[in-house]
Parts: sequence; structure tokens; C-alpha cells
Amino acid sequence: MPNTELNLGIVGAGKIGVTIARAAVAAGYDVAISGSGPAERIALTIDVLAPGARAATLAEVVQHSDIIVLAVPTHRFRSLPRDLFAGKVLIDAMNYWEPIDGTDDELASAPDGTSVVVQRCFPSARVVKSLNQLGYHEFEEGRRPRGTADRLGMAAASDDREALSRVLELIDRLGFDPVDAGALEAGVALGPDGPAFGVGYGAEELSKLMWVPDVA
Amino acid sequence: MTDREFEFGLNTFGEVSSDSSGRVLSEAETVRLMIDEAVLAESVGIDSFNIGEHYRDGHVDTAGHMILATIAGRTERIRLGTSVTVLSTRDPVRLYTEFATLDAASNGRAQLIVGRASSTDSFPLYGFDLADYETLFEEKLDLFTRLLRDQPVTWSGTVRTPLVDQRVSPAIAPGSIPTWVGVGGSPQSVVRAARYGHPLMLAIIGGHPSRFAPYVDLYHRALEQFGHPRLPVGQHSLGFIARTDEEARAAYWPEFERVMTQASLERGFPTPSPERFESEIAHGALFIGSPETVAAKIVESIRDLSLGRFDLKYDIGHLSRDHRASSIELFGREVIPRVRELLAEEPVAAVSHA
Repeated sequence: MPNTELNLGIVGAGKIGVTIARAAVAAGYDVAISGSGPAERIALTIDVLAPGARAATLAEVVQHSDIIVLAVPTHRFRSLPRDLFAGKVLIDAMNYWEPIDGTDDELASAPDGTSVVVQRCFPSARVVKSLNQLGYHEFEEGRRPRGTADRLGMAAASDDREALSRVLELIDRLGFDPVDAGALEAGVALGPDGPAFGVGYGAEELSKLMWVPDVA
Repeated sequence: MTDREFEFGLNTFGEVSSDSSGRVLSEAETVRLMIDEAVLAESVGIDSFNIGEHYRDGHVDTAGHMILATIAGRTERIRLGTSVTVLSTRDPVRLYTEFATLDAASNGRAQLIVGRASSTDSFPLYGFDLADYETLFEEKLDLFTRLLRDQPVTWSGTVRTPLVDQRVSPAIAPGSIPTWVGVGGSPQSVVRAARYGHPLMLAIIGGHPSRFAPYVDLYHRALEQFGHPRLPVGQHSLGFIARTDEEARAAYWPEFERVMTQASLERGFPTPSPERFESEIAHGALFIGSPETVAAKIVESIRDLSLGRFDLKYDIGHLSRDHRASSIELFGREVIPRVRELLAEEPVAAVSHA
């Protein structure tokens, strides 16, 4: 029986998906990653940019791990089957930017953050908002071993405490100080326009930035 | 690659300029300014002049081919291109007619960079659905490539009506209009450029350019896998040249701050700081400073990424026409010769692709 504790599945082989794959391989994970279509289409990309990860189909990725990173373009996640991730810890690493993703009324007016919409879309998944705060270059260059002085913080938010603790452990292994941001709606602070977005903060500073904006 | 083949380009996104009194030019004045700037670019030895395609306030590059055609009549040598054309929302047949005509009128000087667009304003404007983002680009690149290389064309797809044994005039020598694929960091886009055998243009607008080295490796390996010869890689970055580093920073910062503040509002990023600006100049993708500073930085990029082309985007916000002109002059008269000199002293080593 392989040690499935260190398996990771990534759906989406774009900039951020490939970057997370590379970090996960470096952290000792057995990584399967899928793009939009047959596995061969991304085989060379994965071979060059995330050697050690395995290019796979969507179904194989879901089969491969209990923890799945969702890193498809934001306008695409709705096309995935509703129960595809049943029982899985699903890390929502997507960001919604209207100029890029087009107008999506539900995402644009989501007072509790876009991950709450993702959770509604996949009701049987255990959604955790994380891995979305940093650009892919900052993610790649920010990874540090535990205990390094300039290690950056990375926050995660979920209503499922057990799922959240597993993601916090993943974050630590990937090379960031994990920060518990609380309930899924706190993910607002991690997305575009949130105080924690796009800037590399240490864990202490990042913790202080975690708040749920008053939308009244 | 010998230095003769290396291309130094000037890119504009049609940003509305101002005059020395601070008056913002009209949009029409800016269109005419670009034409004058291309004439200046040729006179100072720059290889190509390339116009973008944006549909937003402060940009007048919506019909670059018209501007390029006018430039063609006032110049003799400079190549006339785009930086980039949003192929996804253009009709490839129409685009072919425009650039084949430009190529004929300019005696073989037309070229393009095509891309998917990082801002998607053209989609609603021309009636396209962002959900078709991938399909539109893939199919249109396929058709456009065939029109450029292999007429008559028989083609069918989902994004436009089919063509049967179709010739489109004016004819060109097959493949004679250089068509680069512009990418911003999507690995699939890099592989796609290689699959079609088009040269690769990297838009590097933040962070150290060497970050893109893995993409260059991916591109080279993909070219091999698809059975294409080694093709050049180019870099597009923002920059500004003045007599001294201090002068360049002082002139550029107010416009950079304004443009980046707007972008940060749209995309939810933190607003720019002077520290971040300094850091981007020192370690990142802003090519700002004296001719010596900018030349050294370009040479570093050429070595890190095995470049065959470097395009400097010279306009930003309302940067004044005087500053734009002096930057173009220094780029052509001092930076380019200095880069060639530095490269001749120590040629770029052949890239390994283990």
C-alpha cells in the first residue's frame, strides 16, 4: 500500500498548477496533474517545468489523491461535474478577475467570497480556500524550509476543520508558514481586493490581516 | 545567433501622450505622433516598430494596421509589426488581407505578434464569448497560419464559416510574413507556438527575466518534438532611457505610478510603491536608466534567455512626447550599438537543451 498521505492531485496545468506541482514534487509528494484534454498534451510541459510529476487525465487525478488542488481558469470550474470531488479535500486556488474571466454575476457579487460559490458548485467536496494569494513567480521564489527567517506565510480558510488542518500541513511542506484563516468566508481576505492578496507577508503579519469585511 | 540577425524593436500600446507644457494630447494627435515616432525610430537605426491592440481609455491602437500603412509610406527600411494582435477576436482572413497588403505596400516589411490578450476588452466589443477563449485562439491561429503558408486553403472549424480551396489576395511568398506568438506565462501557449513553428515572444512585465528560462527550455524542447528547426525567442518589456539613471526614474515614475494604480484597482493588487519601482528597475523587468544601464540589462536578458529579439515598450500613461522622443533616440543611437558591442566581446553561448 503506497503512502497516499503524500499524494497530491492538481486539476489545471496552467501557470499556477504547474508551479504548485513543482513545489509539491520538491516537498516529496507524488503528484498527478491534468490539463484540459488528454494527458499527452501536457506531458512535455510537465516533464520540463515540473519533472517528477505525472501528467494524467482528470479522472486519474481525482483517483490519485484525497487532496485535490483546483487551478483551472475561473470561468471553467462550472463545467466540471457536481460530484466529481465527492469527499475530497478540494483546495480552491483560483482567483476571479473580471477583466480576465469575463463577467460572472454570481462571483462578482459574492459577499462571502468566491470559494463559497465553489463550495455550492461542488456540494460534496470539502472546499478549502488557499494557494491563491501569490503570483506564480512569487510562489516559486518564496518557498523556504521550515524555520527560515524570511519564510512567507500562506493562509487557508475552510468550514471543515479537518480538511483545513490537512491543507495547513500541506502548506508547511510546500515551504510556507501555515496560517489558519478560519471559516471559508474568510477567504475573501485572500482574494483580489483582499488585504492578503499579492503581497508576501510573514505568518505573524498575515494572521493580523485575516478579517471578514463588513458588507452590511 | 549573430548580432546581424538580432532584432531590436520598439513597441507602443498607443498611449495618449502629452506635450512639454503638460497638456494631454488629443487621441488624433497621438495617432499622428506614433507615425512621427516610427519615422524617428528608423532614422536612429531601430529594426522594427510594433503597435498593440487595446480597447480602453487612453489607448489609440485599435487599428494599428492603418497606422503602419501610413508609416510604410514615410519609411524605407524599418519593419512594421504588431505587439500584439488579439487574434482571438479577429477574422483571420481579414487579418491576412490587411497584413499581406501592408507587406506589399511596404515591400516586404510586415510582421505580427499574435496572442490571446491579457485584457479581454475586445471580446464583448466584437461579440465573442470569453468561454470560447481557448477555442477561438487555437482555431484562428490554425487558419491564419495556413493562409500565411499554404494557399489555397481548405479549412473548417467552429469559430467561422468553412473555406474550400480558397485563395486570398494579395498573394505572398509562403511563410514570408514573420508571425510570432506572444505569451505571458501559460505553458500551453509556449507549446502551441512551437507546434505551429512560430517564433516565441515573451511578455515580461514583472520580476527578473531569468524566471522565464524554463519556458525557453520548454519551447526549444517542444520545437524538437514537433520536428521544427530552432526558432528565435523574443522579449517584450517596458522601458525608458534618459541621460542618467536619476533622470530616467524621475520622468517615468509619475506615469508608472498612475498606470499601475489603475491596474491594481482592476486586478486587486496592492498599489505600486517607490520601493517596488526601484526594485523592478534593479532586479526586475523595467528597463529604465541611462544607455549604459539599459544596455547592460538587455545583454543580461539576452544571455539568460538566448534571445533573438528585444522589444522595448516606450510609451506609458501620458509620458510626454519629448521624453518619448529622447528615449527612442537614445535606444537607437546608444543602447543598440552598445548591446551589439557587448555581445561581440562575449558572444552568447549555445543553449544546452539536455
